[in-house]
Parts: sequence; structure tokens; C-alpha cells
Amino acid sequence: MIKKRSDLKTIVIGMILIAVLAVISVGLEGVAKNVKGLSIMMAVMKKGTVYALLAVSMNLLNGFTGLFSLGQAGFMLVGAYTYAILSIPVAKRAGVYQYYDGGIVNFSIPEIFSGFLGDTIGPVVGMLLTLLICGVLAAFLGWLIGLPALRLKSDYLAIATLGFAEIIRTFIQYESFAPLTNGSNTLRQYPTFKHLYPYVIVVGLCILFIVLLVNSTYGRAFKAIRDDEIAAEAMGIDLAKHKMLAFVTSSFFAGLGGGLMAMYMSSVQAKGFTSAMTYEILLMVVIGGIGSISGSIIAAFLFIGCSEWWLRFLDDSANNIAGMKLLAPGFRMVVFSVVIMIIVLFFRRGIMGDKELPDLFKRRGKKAGKEAVGE
Amino acid sequence: MKKVFALLLALTMVLGLAACGEKPAEEQSGEKVITIGIYEPSSGANGAGGKKEVLGIEYANSVVPTVTIGGEEYTIKTFAVDNQSENDKGVSAAEQLVSEGVAIVLGSYGSGVSMAAAPVFEEAKIAAIGCSCTNPGVTLGNPYYYRVCYLDPFQGSVLANLAKDEFDAKVAYVFTELGDDYSVGLGEYFTQECERLGIQVVADQNPAGNTDMSGYITAAKAANADVIFAPTSTTVASLLIDQAAYAGIPLIAGDTWDDAVILQAATKSGADVYFSTFYDEGASQAAAEFMSGFQGWLNANDDKLANNGGTDTVSAVSALGYDAYMVAVEAIKAADSADSDAIAAALSGVKYTGVTGDVVFDAEGDVDKNIIFIKGVDTEKGEFYSVKEQGLSK
Amino acid sequence: MADILQASLNSLLPGISVGGQYALIALGYTMVYGILRLINFAHGDIFTVAGFVMFYAVTAMPVYLAIPFTILVTVLLGFSVERLAYKPLRSAPRMSVMISAIGVSYLLQNLMWYITGGQPQQYPVIPWISDNIQIFGMETKRVTVITPILTFVLVILLVTLIKKTRIGMAMRAASRDFETARLMGIKINSVISVTFVIGSFLAAVGSLLFFSNYSTVSPTVGTMPGLKAFVAAVFGGIGSIPGAVAGGFLIGICENIIRALGYSTFSDAFTFALLILVLCLKPTGLFGEKLEEKV
Repeated sequence: MIKKRSDLKTIVIGMILIAVLAVISVGLEGVAKNVKGLSIMMAVMKKGTVYALLAVSMNLLNGFTGLFSLGQAGFMLVGAYTYAILSIPVAKRAGVYQYYDGGIVNFSIPEIFSGFLGDTIGPVVGMLLTLLICGVLAAFLGWLIGLPALRLKSDYLAIATLGFAEIIRTFIQYESFAPLTNGSNTLRQYPTFKHLYPYVIVVGLCILFIVLLVNSTYGRAFKAIRDDEIAAEAMGIDLAKHKMLAFVTSSFFAGLGGGLMAMYMSSVQAKGFTSAMTYEILLMVVIGGIGSISGSIIAAFLFIGCSEWWLRFLDDSANNIAGMKLLAPGFRMVVFSVVIMIIVLFFRRGIMGDKELPDLFKRRGKKAGKEAVGE
Repeated sequence: MKKVFALLLALTMVLGLAACGEKPAEEQSGEKVITIGIYEPSSGANGAGGKKEVLGIEYANSVVPTVTIGGEEYTIKTFAVDNQSENDKGVSAAEQLVSEGVAIVLGSYGSGVSMAAAPVFEEAKIAAIGCSCTNPGVTLGNPYYYRVCYLDPFQGSVLANLAKDEFDAKVAYVFTELGDDYSVGLGEYFTQECERLGIQVVADQNPAGNTDMSGYITAAKAANADVIFAPTSTTVASLLIDQAAYAGIPLIAGDTWDDAVILQAATKSGADVYFSTFYDEGASQAAAEFMSGFQGWLNANDDKLANNGGTDTVSAVSALGYDAYMVAVEAIKAADSADSDAIAAALSGVKYTGVTGDVVFDAEGDVDKNIIFIKGVDTEKGEFYSVKEQGLSK
Repeated sequence: MADILQASLNSLLPGISVGGQYALIALGYTMVYGILRLINFAHGDIFTVAGFVMFYAVTAMPVYLAIPFTILVTVLLGFSVERLAYKPLRSAPRMSVMISAIGVSYLLQNLMWYITGGQPQQYPVIPWISDNIQIFGMETKRVTVITPILTFVLVILLVTLIKKTRIGMAMRAASRDFETARLMGIKINSVISVTFVIGSFLAAVGSLLFFSNYSTVSPTVGTMPGLKAFVAAVFGGIGSIPGAVAGGFLIGICENIIRALGYSTFSDAFTFALLILVLCLKPTGLFGEKLEEKV
């Protein structure tokens, strides 16, 4: 994949960017610890980071390849459960699997690694490896689902993937699998990243990979398929192969994102991973701009910030200006959904359209330069 | 141009709202304030129940609005966040409380969200008192989580005993909600106790969003069930009650059914409904006083009444919210400090007699309540009545 | 074997009833899809809103007025959703319109939470149709029997409307070829509005029947029936009216049989699995017309 000099440049810039962001997040955390009222910011940043990856992975499919898939929550669910099941410490399993005698999985990957790598590095290596397994399992499932589903066209694909996500959820909740999945009950007490910077680094690396993929020949093939399937086929692009590649890659990152999501939530329960979650991610992609990676990232942070932080005061009836009864529990979500509708209707191309952040800094009319970097 | 405009719009929106968000922080100088955080759902699947719990807490706040720390009088403020009944939304809601610098947290309705928030409160060294989260996992391994209600293992066993004692049940049909840990957990403990008591169990699970319960009722009938045990949310409950009425099989349920919704549904259909609850107004002087005081407080304010579902029927969760608040105040007094960690340390030693019974915490942070109130629906009069106090048989 | 037969018989009646309600909702999906190629994700929420409107309407007026009032409000809602959220996007890519539909669904749900406070409400008793009757030894509400009959009557009316009237002809033309229909002088916007009006009307009727049977209204109650009705529409071949009806009944009955056999955990999963199977074997559904690929 890494053939051109521009790729090398992307990697170097990306790595530097990730490093800078990691340092900033360490700094932010230090500030948040000492300033009253900022710890909510850290939670929002963590969740925003995770959702940035989820939105970008969905954008890869919906925005870059033109495959309208609504299965994101299903792949996240697989990732989240994989992470939790494989990393709950053995000693705590009896408490978590309280109805199933501690479950049938009797090891914890982070614990195994702390066995021979020591207690400082071991768990981290184990957790990262577990995250990787989350992605691989989700990707494998994506491949299985892709075999029949990718033959379907636009809306049919959407509804089929939505259906698959529901089926996955049912299987995880199924009582007979409970010794493995804990059935309808919560999985918890697994190790998590306590700080923001590991999230930033993991997500940053994943997004860098997606950027490289999008800029490669594969990425150009994806866009060709999005713009005109028949023309792309006529140009000699193997439709089935490229669609599958995009689908599996997207599933991989959705699964990995699901694992990170499990860390953020510190408890996992299948009932939360509904189609509503997929819709939220889809809305982020749309707000950011379909086909723009930086747009998805910005939108993820804005979306999480608005829905979980800045708009919260709208729910508090104590903030009502005299005589007005508008502010009450639930009003925040109404305002939020109205804002989303305005964006969907009047800013159809989202915040970034299909441009990337670096494009904004370039002067107008320099189309040639843009093509070399972004498109 | 449009994009730049959109970006600007987004930015102004964000900044404007962030500025608005700062507003509640303003306080008159001089007055000492201690904040109690309320971590409850006011939207999502458990929104209705969460609001009732908040009402109990707010009422308690109106009864005891101040506390004396180190000789100085502090005004107690409550700060509520909405966890939307969802684990992933709960984390940031809990962080919001931490950001507000609350001294102690009350809530939540629903065990799942409480478990999701536990690590956040632990990290911030803020104690949390669960009001009606009955799953053992809430306090187990979470040193900063306490609760004032009894636990599901106890509740499930007691209800199995009720089935035995009251209905002489030979066969019980256990109906739970797929994906809901409260429902499935309670069903599990009920089943375990049934096996001990020699009651045969037939079980089924309802997938979320399904509204047709007739199949389950038919199955219960076919199995010759003497009782149906249905620890479900109120939404599913009212569907079930409606359709169980034909079959003439009594329904037994857990604490969630102590709700005006059940009263309406059962009264309309004439179903035979029994449930366990945390509180009975006839049990003690304090409980009776709470009931009349709370109803007066509700009826004085239309908004409060609306949050209670438009009636002045007192839900047990409101009583638990009231007790949790009182326990929190006791802990603040015992700690004699506004520091959350000191309060947490003092909490484990608090002894308090509340409207739902005695509160004494064990090592895990749970209370040992050995009696459960059983209530039923009087479909003629359209009101709840006390059936008995049920304990465990030997 | 005898067990299975008995279980099937017992679940047939509720299955047919649920199927009828799915069919009524599915018609709304299928008509909109037929003309706009849009999965109207908000349709299930419009159905729920109809339930709440009825609940609040009976507190203010007698039932015989509340029913037409509910239908009117629902129709107006469907009409304005189309005008406000879909019409501005007429020339936009299909994905944008679908996302707008998801947005409307999100908005309607949140609005319902806000206005109703999330409290599940008991649907009012509509005299006569909510009465209990005995059929084949099973006690049930009269609405169970009325639903399939009413569904058939409405479908026959609808088919007549589409086949025999001018507006029906315009609808058929629009669903065949949007652009050409416009060129032939058909007022495409009014055709679309009529489609939404009919779809919402059917959703309102469906909601009356549905909630008379399952009498709890909560903001998210319409999501699952909505999704299943959509599956029914796809199943029967989206855009096809007999297909939607057949799909609705088929899914309603299958679901109940599975539940009666003790696999209720998988009743939803089965619906989706069936859908995927049908899509893979016959991508345009059972009765769907072959879509030509436009280049």
C-alpha cells in the first residue's frame, strides 16, 4: 500500500499529529483534574474519540464506497462483547457471571500477558491485543454477512444489514449462550484505559490507516464504485472484491471501536446496541459530510458534545426564564433533533462536504494541488 | 461559502451554549451550599420511573433543606442529570455530576446504568446511594456504591414463597424480558427458590418491542400454571395484564409494578395482580406521614403532579428516593464535612430508620431488609391494598 | 405433531390480527417507496403519534369525534412531514432523503418523550370493537376479528382508487417513471402528497386497531411494528400493494407460530432472517416487479 512519496508524507504527518494530540490530551487531563467542572469534558472527549473512529469507519462504507449499510451497531456489539469476555479478570468472573458459575471462559488475556511481561506493560499489551481480536472477529463476521448481503442494492442492503445487526443481538442475548455471553446480564469489571491518550493513539492509528486506504488505488476504486457502479465495472474494477474489502475493513474498525466503546462504558449490555445507535453514527457522518474523514471526526465531537454536555442545561426546569415552561426533561433531545434536521435539510453537504481539513487551507483555484493530496 | 457559514454557525452555537451552560453556577455569595447529585433517567425506557424517584428526593429536600457542618448551616441543593436509561449515556451523565462537584450521589432507577456509573464515582471518590437498583452487581465490587433497597436474590425468593403460601402453586410460569438484566435476574432467583420449594417452572422470554402477549398467556394456560411471575417494566406489564385477564391466572411481579400505570391497566381489565414493594403506608407512623406529606406536596404543584404520571398515587420508588436522601444527609452530618470522600467514609456507619424500614449497611453496602411488603390491586375500587408482609420460609 | 398443530391453531388468530395491522402499516411504506424510492423511517413513529393523539383526544371529546379527529391529525402530520422534510430534498441523492427520514423519526420520538413525559399510557377503550368475544373456544377482543376484514376492505378500496381514478393513474405513472410522468404534465408534488395522505390514513386506522388490541402507548412502541411492517413490505415486493398485504399476514402468522413453539427469543430474528433469505433468492420480493437498472 505504501508506494508513493505522498503516502510516506501522510504517514509522517499523521504520526506527528497523533503524537501532538496525545501530548495535548495528557495536558488537558492535567488541567481537567485541577479545574472544577471540567471532568465532564474528559468523558466527552473519550466518547468523542471512540465515535470519531466509528463514524469514520461508517463513512468508509457509506461515503467512500456508496454502500448504504446500517449494521454498525451489530459489529460494535460483537467487538464490545469480545473485549469484555476476553479481558474480565478470572477472579472477578464469578461475580460477573453470577447465574452461570463464572461462565465458560476461564482466562483473561490482559492477565496472561501480565504473567510474562510484568504488571506495567503486560496488561496494556493484552488489552491492545484483545482490541485487535475484537476487530478481527467483527471483520470475519462482516465477511460472512457480506457474502449474501453485498449482492443487494442500496436500500435493500441497508435493511438487510439492519436485520443482521438485530439477529446478532438476539444471539448474544440467547439464554443458551449465556455461559459465554452472560445472556441478558451486564458484563463488567474488565480493565479499561483510564486516561484519554490511549484512546487518542489507538483511534488515531486506525484513522491514519483508513486515510491511507482511501488514498490508495483501492480507495480510488471505492470512489469509482460509489460514483457509478456500472462505469467502474466497465473500467475493470472487480466490484465484488472491492465491495467486500470495504465492508470487511469497515466491520473491522467498527468491532475495534466497539471494544473501545466497552472500555468507555465500563459495562456492556446488548440491549443498548440498537439501531438507534447506528442512526446516531449515521447522523454524525451526514453532519460531518459524506465522504470527508475530517468531517466525520469533527461531527463526532460536536455531536457527543452537544448531546451529552452543552445542551444538558435545557433539561433542567430550574433554568426556565420566569413564566416559561419550555425547559423540562427531554427538551434537550428535542432541540438537538431539530438542529440535526436543520443540518440535514439546509446544509445537505454537512460541515465539510467531501473536502478534508487540509483542503480548507489551500487557496481557491488551485485545483491541481488539491488533486495531488486529497482526491 | 456555505460550508464556512455552517462551520461558523456550529461554532457560535457551541460557544453560545457553552456560555449558557455556565449560568447555573451563579450563586449568592455568603451562603454555604452543599450539592447532592441525582443520577436518574428522565427519558428512555425507565424515564417515568426515574422521575418518580427524583420527586421523592425533591420532596425530601423540601423537608430537610439544610444541614449543619462544623457549626455552620449549609443549604442543600440537588442537581439532577438524565442518564437516559442507557449505559453509554450514563457515563457522561455521571461525569457531569462529578464536574458539578457534588458531595454525594443518589440513584439510579435501573441497575444497568448504576453499574455503568460506578467506576466514575469510584474514580472521583464520591459515594452513591442507589434507591431502587436491586441487582447484586451494583454494590458487588464497587466500594463507593450503597443502596437502601433490598436485593433481587431476596426479592425473588420471597416472591416464590408468596406463590407457595398464597396460591399453593404447583406450576409457575416465569415470564421475563429478553435483554433486561433486572427482569432476567429476578426470574432466575425466583426459579431457584421454586426448585427448592418444589414448584415446577415453565419459562419464556419476550424480545424487546414485541407487543403481543397472547401467545405467552396461552402457553401459561397450556402448562396449567397456577401463577404467572412477570418481573417486567411497566410498559410490558400493562400489555400483559390486559391479556392475562382472560386467562384468570394471578400475576405476581417485582417492585417495578408499584406504579400508577399498573393500577390503571389492572382496574380496566380486572386482572388479579400482586407485586412486591419497598414501602407500605400502613407499616409505620413515619410511612403514613411520608404518604400524606408527599401527596400534599405533589398536589400543590401541577408540574410535580405531571411528573408523577398525573396522579397522586405514591410509588415505592419515591419513598426510596426520600430515604436515600435522608441517609445522605445523615452521612453528611456524621462526616461533619462537605468533602465527598469523608462523607463516603462516614456513610458505611450510618444507621437510619426510614419510611421503607431500617437502613443499616453491611460490608458490601447493601441493607439487610428481611421483610417485603406485598400489595395487590383492588380492581373494584381502583386502588392498591396491602396483602401481607412476606418473609422467607425455613 | 399434534402439539404443533394445536399451537399453530391457537396462534393463528392473533397472528392474523397482528398480520392485518402490519399490512396496514406496510401499505404506507410500500406506496411511498413505490413512488419516491424512499424508506420512510418515520412511518412507524407517525403510527405511534396517532396512538397518543387518540389518548389525548378522548380526554377532550367523545370517542365518535375523537376517532375522526385522530385520523385527521395523523394525515396532517404525514402531509407536513413530506412537505417539510422530504420535498426540499427532491433533487438530492436518495441517501440524503433516507437520512432525513431517520432524522424525522428521531425528532418525533424525542418530541413524544418530551410531551408525554415517557409515561406509558393506557389507550382508551373504544366501545364495541374492544369488547370480548368467543371464537373457536378462545376468548379474544372483537378487534382481532375486525382487523383482517377491515384490512381487506381498505385494500380493495385502495386498489380501486389506484386502478380506476385519475389520481390513481397519476400515481401509477409516477411510480413507473418519475421524470416522464412529470413531463406528461402530472403534478408530481400533489401525487406525492396524496400518497402520504393515504399512507398516514392507513397508519392511523392501523394504530386504532393495534392499540385497541395492545392497549399501551409509549413513545417507542411503534418502532418494532414499523420495522416489521417494512420487512413485510419488502418481503411482498416493495411497491406492490397485494405484496405488502401478503407479507404482513405471513410475518404476523409466522411470528406467532414461532412464539407458540417456544422460540420467542428468536421471533424477531426469524423475521429478519426470512427477509434476508427472500432478498437473496428473489431480490425484489415475492410480488415485486423486476427493476431495470438505470444507467
